[in-house]
Amino acid sequence: MSTGWTDEELARRVAHEFPDGACVNLGIGLPTLVARYVPEGREVLFHSENGLVGMGPAPEQGQEDADVVNAGKKPVTLVPGAAIVHQADSFSLIRGGRLFATVLGGLQVACNGDLANWKIPGTPGVGGVGGAMDLAAGAQRVFVMMRHTDKAGTPKLVQECTFPLTAKACVTSVFTDLAVIDLIDGRFVVREMAAALTRARLQEATGAPLSFAASAA
Amino acid sequence: MIDKRCASVEEAVSVIHSGSVIAVGGFGDIGVPLALCAALARLDVCDLTIVSNNAGTGENGLALLFKHHCVSRLIASFPSQAGADHFMNAWKQGEVQVELTPQGTLAERLRAGGSGLAGFFTPTGYGTELTLGRETRVVNGKGHVYEEALRVDFALVQADRADRYGNLRYRLATRNFNPVMAMAARHTIAQTRQLVALGDIGPDDVHTAGVHVDSVVEVRT
Repeated sequence: MSTGWTDEELARRVAHEFPDGACVNLGIGLPTLVARYVPEGREVLFHSENGLVGMGPAPEQGQEDADVVNAGKKPVTLVPGAAIVHQADSFSLIRGGRLFATVLGGLQVACNGDLANWKIPGTPGVGGVGGAMDLAAGAQRVFVMMRHTDKAGTPKLVQECTFPLTAKACVTSVFTDLAVIDLIDGRFVVREMAAALTRARLQEATGAPLSFAASAA
Repeated sequence: MIDKRCASVEEAVSVIHSGSVIAVGGFGDIGVPLALCAALARLDVCDLTIVSNNAGTGENGLALLFKHHCVSRLIASFPSQAGADHFMNAWKQGEVQVELTPQGTLAERLRAGGSGLAGFFTPTGYGTELTLGRETRVVNGKGHVYEEALRVDFALVQADRADRYGNLRYRLATRNFNPVMAMAARHTIAQTRQLVALGDIGPDDVHTAGVHVDSVVEVRT
């Protein structure tokens, strides 16, 4: 939607949530953008499910190390001070609550915090869940970064998920191209919205009733 | 004398028979013991159960096992990644049953299997279709599902360095599932980029103690 934030603006907005010293996991796709926008003066440690604690940006062309990839199997770097752990320890730190947050993509988020992000019913193929269920169940905060609606304009913020769940009642906040929305006591509470938007338009694009925090314009 | 060195990948995998349950290390194609997979695919074995995060891409690693119709069951978290054509074909033909398992649960089932535990309760997957019918328990107000430990017949793993005792050291992100798979198997076969003398991998630097490993074979890559 042209009235909304760009992916870069959104990534910057998400990165702003991380305090100095946080360890954060970024899901594949749109969330990987977030790593570029950590505010100046803050050290944030990025975790990748395949055992990287201290993941850096993509390497310069020709500088790739075939033994260093992210969750999407793309070449990445390690920051000075990075640590490598094996897969079971990597998921222990996820479920053990060491992640300040995980930033995941989403297909549907319900107002009770249910998340669906691994399977679209009716799609052919066996599908794949990867680490999504572990991250959603284990991180201290689950931030979902996604378009507000799907390509057909159907709301992705809904009363109840119709797609297979990734985890129940796990979502902390949703960051879309139109708004930042917190999940509080089973309700969608708008914290911020894109400047050119009205409350009525935002509600129209959303599949469940919105509340508005004082901070929302 | 303890000497776990094998002269060839063929010799190393020759102990594997049809119907075996085999854990194969790696994440995507990183840390996958490609030469061991290729040697296994050349054996006349079938009805294998493979435990691995993915299902191989292109003409590499696990993909060859699906190409040669060796696999009847796959336990994985993300089998259908781009390029997994041989797996997809085998699955469409109905040759392969898939048990989709969340990634952390898969890793922990292997660790538990290698640790002599029966299983564990985890919050992962609670209330989702992947854990339907599973025993559940609410602990401290949070729902958990029971997951069974996974003990396997064989593990194929990839190391960077190994010695004749079977001590292994991995490099960077190739470590991934390899250590827990080495633990979980009754017979672990390691492919290593370099065989080194005893002591070259210092005691503090061993990632997988040789007691978990049955044979090592050098494959320079």
